[in-house]
Amino acid sequence: MVPAPGKPAHMRPVSIPHPETWLKVTPSGLFCEPGGFFIDPTRAVDRAVISHGHSDHARPGHRHVLATRETLAIMTARLGEGRAGHAQQALAFGEVLTVNGVRLWLRPAGHVLGAAQICMEWRGSRAVVSGDYKRQPDPTAAGFEVEPCDVFVTEATFALPVFRHPLAEGEIAKLLRSVALFPERTHVVGCYSLGKCQRLIAMLRQAGWDRPVHLHGAHVALCRTYEELGVPLGTLRTATVAKKDDLKGAIVLAPPSAVADRWARRLAEPVAAVASGWMRVRQRAKQGGVELPLVISDHADWDELLATAMEVQAPEIWVTHGREDALIHALSLRGIRGRALHLVGRGEEDEGEPPEATAA
Amino acid sequence: MSLPAFAELLERLVFTPGRNAKLALLGQWFAEQPDPDRGIGLAALTEELAFTAAKPAVIREIAAERTDPELLRLSYDYVGDLAETVALIWQPRAGVNAPPPTLSEVVETLETAPKPEVPALIAGWLDTLDAGGRLALIKLVTGGLRVGVSARLARVALAEWSGQAVEEIEEVWHAVAPPYVPLFRWLEGAAPRPDPRDAPVFRPLMLAHPLEAADLAALRAEAWRAEWKWDGIRVQLTAGPGGKRLWSRGGEDISGAFPEILAAMDFHAVLDGELLVVRDGEVAPFADLQQRLNRKTVTARMRRDYPAAVRLYDLLVEGTEDLRPLPFDARRARLEAWHARAAPARMDLSALVPFDSIEALARLRDGARAASIEGLMLKRADAPYVAGRTRGLWWKWKRDPLTVDAVLMYAQRGHGKRSSFYSDYTFGVWREDGELVPIGKAYSGYTDEELAWLDRWIRSNTVNRFGPVREVERGIVFEVAFDAAQLSSRHKSGVALRFPRIARIRRDKPVEEADSLAAVMALVENRPAAD
Repeated sequence: MVPAPGKPAHMRPVSIPHPETWLKVTPSGLFCEPGGFFIDPTRAVDRAVISHGHSDHARPGHRHVLATRETLAIMTARLGEGRAGHAQQALAFGEVLTVNGVRLWLRPAGHVLGAAQICMEWRGSRAVVSGDYKRQPDPTAAGFEVEPCDVFVTEATFALPVFRHPLAEGEIAKLLRSVALFPERTHVVGCYSLGKCQRLIAMLRQAGWDRPVHLHGAHVALCRTYEELGVPLGTLRTATVAKKDDLKGAIVLAPPSAVADRWARRLAEPVAAVASGWMRVRQRAKQGGVELPLVISDHADWDELLATAMEVQAPEIWVTHGREDALIHALSLRGIRGRALHLVGRGEEDEGEPPEATAA
Repeated sequence: MSLPAFAELLERLVFTPGRNAKLALLGQWFAEQPDPDRGIGLAALTEELAFTAAKPAVIREIAAERTDPELLRLSYDYVGDLAETVALIWQPRAGVNAPPPTLSEVVETLETAPKPEVPALIAGWLDTLDAGGRLALIKLVTGGLRVGVSARLARVALAEWSGQAVEEIEEVWHAVAPPYVPLFRWLEGAAPRPDPRDAPVFRPLMLAHPLEAADLAALRAEAWRAEWKWDGIRVQLTAGPGGKRLWSRGGEDISGAFPEILAAMDFHAVLDGELLVVRDGEVAPFADLQQRLNRKTVTARMRRDYPAAVRLYDLLVEGTEDLRPLPFDARRARLEAWHARAAPARMDLSALVPFDSIEALARLRDGARAASIEGLMLKRADAPYVAGRTRGLWWKWKRDPLTVDAVLMYAQRGHGKRSSFYSDYTFGVWREDGELVPIGKAYSGYTDEELAWLDRWIRSNTVNRFGPVREVERGIVFEVAFDAAQLSSRHKSGVALRFPRIARIRRDKPVEEADSLAAVMALVENRPAAD
């Protein structure tokens, strides 16, 4: 189904309301006034539209939650039955809903399984809230789709020109070369439990790794959720109960804080790896005691942020969180108006901040 | 092979704390890379190849030509390192599809290129590389790889990879130059060992084992010779028609830091000795010698304030005659005769300590309190000079350590296997005004069980964090053993300990009863270090 009718407002000659008149920044987050719903609100609200399941976007206690089927399932798994919206409404990619005269639809954001951009059109004026997104392929998430609009609301986690993520395949190959070089050691890869973990497993499978992948206890539940949602991950084992000898030459996925800390003592001479966009900067990686940095991110890098800004053809771009200075400067060089929203409470899960692998 | 392979090696080495893992990575490099690139890479890692082709200013300039100044500023602010910022921010020119350069191509081109062409050459190469490759190139041409690979580690890696004894490699190492093609051909069995001829090469030192009580009981006085163990650094002096060098214990060329020793090496011989700072015939504390170490060059003032000398232990080669197979007594006689004849400036003999029984020797050892003496060396009279640490030929018999009861103040996590344990401890003693002042740091001496216990205790008694360092509650007293206490202007307490280690955890002792700074000061035996 093709949901988007016609062109965005700024390409048409008629006088149409600017999105800032109907999409407002409030202490609870972005609020679509005529639609009466919040987007990724930071506190419990009556009606919430949720872009994806990371905890800084998907908070507990809303009365009514609208999201993709996958995001609803992930929220329920993480927050518990009943806390992920008293009423849940699933909206598939491409389906269009009208809420108090606001046309509302979702497009894939490519960030994690179920992650959606939230597209809204009111009186011919169209705004797209990207949530977190990336443009690199990910076998566990539907690929980002461009939706032309009048205002595009973007993240800016990696908005500095030093952040250019290499192709993730190359980083996976680097991990496998290291496993071949140190066959007696356990490679423990620090990664976030929602999204990065499953993407790594799926990419290892694509690269031909058909042995079991071992998991830290914190990663088990969401892998199960992914499989229930139809993302096959192959044979998974729990690292916590495995014998040290069985972990020689194994790949173990764990939260970033665990790879160089007490938990890792159970592993066989572990090689500490972390998969994150922050690994691009050597000093940051070294501080965390990382031995094998893997630059794999679920967020857009500098080039993707700028390319996306051009492709959506929006004359104005709002920046929710991250390093807005550099991005707004670079957009101005391209004739695009940038506005920093300073939304609070963002960037607290996944890669919002550099991981502190040393923080015990 | 091309620069990207070298870049990957560099990146792995930078992030790899473990020595064995470093050796494995280097071995893989030797095995996989062709000549001459593997040798050039080896020379770059050990900083035998020093580039001066480009200054950091050149890198900044070529980056500024390609980048918006505001974005460059914000990025540099964030990254904090110019080479890395430029490597990451570099936007390759569209349409470049030239292959990345090989290491030898970079080296050869820069050797011959006129200076004004260098920036364009570097920019052209940067366009062909990814971020890791660009960082490697920039670090390479500005001469600062700093990946923690010493020449010694590289030779061990060559030995492990090839199966040759490291001593064999040591003896030719300084006679071969980058890219070391004859060396690699020999190590792969395709050619005979390169012949150093007259070139000044390092010969691996003979080393001693610590003497344990059981070994002591088996010693017969008449079969052994004794010397004082001087507290300086072991060196080897090599001089002859092919040149002269002063080598450190690990075979590092430290000639540049000690020109007065080099000037005195007007002979054709290879000698083993202890490098010391000696003023008016008296050996100065180790802290004084430290002022002279790790310098490429030395000022006249340093030479005046910290005059260096060598106390000779052994004669390995005289003229072209290799004396190493001879027994100690014969070498000693040759050394004494040679020294009397050659009379080199700034060099004296390490005297033999006479004794008629092991008991008498033990008394001598206990009586030795000068800070410049660490203890005794016992050498078997009939032992040849053999490289490395062969049991039963030489013993080091250090005097009993001094001890102090100090309070644990700060803890930091270790590296490698210990990276999850708080294993590095800073400890202090009480000053008169009731403040605790740090006097040293120790990383060893405890058992695995004690380490685990301390780690738990530190995690639950942290009062402050400074980056990786935790400040802890005053609650643990260590009995710290050390070889000597010396005055030091570098430490807040004014005192530095030689070789401190944790002897015991004094769980019985309240922190108030730990030692005072005055008690530690009373153990200082040397006169004040010069400023």
